[in-house]
Amino acid sequence: MRGVAASPGIAIGTAVKKKDQALQADQREISPEEVEDELKRLQEGLDKAVEELKQLQEETEEKLGPKEAEIFEAHQMLLQDPEMVQTVEEGIKNEKKNAEKALEEAVEQYASLMAGLDDEYMQAREADIRDVGARVLRILKGESDEETDLSPDSIIIARDLTPSDTARLDKEKVVAFVTADGSRTSHSAIMARSLGIPAVVGLGRDFLEEVEDGMQVIVDGNEGDIYLNPDEEKLEEYQEKLAEYKKEKERLARFKDVKAVAKDGEEIEVVGNIGSTEDVKPLLEQGGEGIGLFRTEFIYMDRDDLPGEEEQFEAYREVVQAMGDYPVIIRTLDIGGDKDLPYLEQPEEMNPFLGYRAIRLCLDQPEIFKPQLRAILRASHYGNAKIMYPMIATLEEVLAANRLLKESQKELEEEGIPFDRDMEKGIMIEVPGAVMIADALAGELDFFSIGTNDLIQYTMAVDRGNERIAYLHSPYHPGVLRLIKETIAAGHRNNIWVGMCGEAAGDELLMPFLLGAGLDEFSMSAGSILRIKELLGFWTREEAREITEKALELKTKEEVRKLLEQNKKTAL
Amino acid sequence: MVEKELTIKNETGLHARPANIFVKKASSFNAEIKITKDEKTVNAKSIMGVMSLGASKGSTVKLQAEGDDEKEAIKALTELIDQGLTEEEGG
Repeated sequence: MRGVAASPGIAIGTAVKKKDQALQADQREISPEEVEDELKRLQEGLDKAVEELKQLQEETEEKLGPKEAEIFEAHQMLLQDPEMVQTVEEGIKNEKKNAEKALEEAVEQYASLMAGLDDEYMQAREADIRDVGARVLRILKGESDEETDLSPDSIIIARDLTPSDTARLDKEKVVAFVTADGSRTSHSAIMARSLGIPAVVGLGRDFLEEVEDGMQVIVDGNEGDIYLNPDEEKLEEYQEKLAEYKKEKERLARFKDVKAVAKDGEEIEVVGNIGSTEDVKPLLEQGGEGIGLFRTEFIYMDRDDLPGEEEQFEAYREVVQAMGDYPVIIRTLDIGGDKDLPYLEQPEEMNPFLGYRAIRLCLDQPEIFKPQLRAILRASHYGNAKIMYPMIATLEEVLAANRLLKESQKELEEEGIPFDRDMEKGIMIEVPGAVMIADALAGELDFFSIGTNDLIQYTMAVDRGNERIAYLHSPYHPGVLRLIKETIAAGHRNNIWVGMCGEAAGDELLMPFLLGAGLDEFSMSAGSILRIKELLGFWTREEAREITEKALELKTKEEVRKLLEQNKKTAL
Repeated sequence: MVEKELTIKNETGLHARPANIFVKKASSFNAEIKITKDEKTVNAKSIMGVMSLGASKGSTVKLQAEGDDEKEAIKALTELIDQGLTEEEGG
């Protein structure tokens, strides 16, 4: 069975089905004399639940950070909601129900009220209300919050995991989890990545029918595959994979705390791409020595209006501070193309990838761009931030963006708000036309960062989402390689450094070419960092340069691939 | 009792975070506080009540407070709504 690969890794273990904490209360009619006692019991239950949530909030804040802990504060508010509490109390007083039943009914009532509202945010509160209700019910029933006897190779199977569930997962015993609901960006998926536990989500409700407690399960969090009661062959295959995975993990572990160095000792910058504040911790754990691409779209998504300067500043500062002296390259809003913000109400376009997007939109609507520029500048005071503009095609765009940046600096200065005056400015190189005028652009900037995904798309005229022509979307095409080489050369001619933040930066085959071409910084997803660090140690720039020169003389992507395959170096 | 009519100015309206901020502020007063939109009146200290009002940008709401600190409550909540329901800057 295949679901969504939500958190990488492989696990073989025993299924533990999480009982759906469906609120199930026994109904009992109480006598008028019992009313006082039931009310008291309810109050005690609520108090205890608030206490638990406070503790959970503290624990989560310590383990995962304040952002993740926020949800438990919201839960406390729901629990103390006077209207809901009143509804429960009335159920006890007027209808003579026991506390459990009265609570269950009130929770049901408010949960369906929320679910019925025409608003995504409030619909999502339904799950929170049920989560909170289940907590109080459990307390009223006198059950504890501990997971029941888990074996040390437990794979949790659930419809979905609530924040309380994930915060309480015992990392010593739970080796993976699998859910019927959810997507890569759902709460449980993000938590799994933060905790470093393999997870597959979104398998569909039918899946729950097929699993039974105690079944043997294989979870492949890299591919999103699940095998129930695997046959001998599958089991052996995965035992081998797991052993290899563990071995590799051990072998690569030594690169976590050391700088990336080439064979001759030259230090090379190997950094990570992140898309939210939650990605910082896993990146640091994977040995990332900075952030080469901080995508800021997450702040703008899943909401009804633009985020203000303050909110953005908080998010940027959080990341910049967490990274200490390490560089953090914050990319300004890259919306449009396949990423749409409904509340901006943009007219539909024939060719969104060639349309009104990224820097084009930002320069046209400074009221959107300026708050972000100010927020980034303010965050720069708290660490080593750099700013990067996406989708630059012309010199005028660079000049206009820099002008707005300067304007923002002046404003902040007048307002007496601190910022880093020497914050580096750079652009993403994604448009072939920009490569051709890279010398002119470099004069206004401190760095280039090559965004290979879009650069390939625009160079090869290939829609990267179209599978029928996917063969064209390759970094090995000699045309793409020459553009990469020229970008690096132009940067160095003008004394600015050049990095790469597209997927190609983490491509193990391509690494020698990029090193030989003179790339200064490699920025990739956290999962690739250790492997690239290891590979860099097998090469000197001099040796790699031979590969680069040879590759640049080739005529087809297949010839390039063959050359790279032949010169691949591995740890074994 | 103190009463006041107000217009919601922020983009999100009384939803999500702004609703949390509003309820938190309301809960810090002793007075009983109610908020009305159209025909519907709810307890202003109830997060679910406030969210279920569906007060979006441009909606008119009526605040009513009764209790020893009713004046302060209305004043503080009016300011909060007029400032667009953002959290006070701290630290």
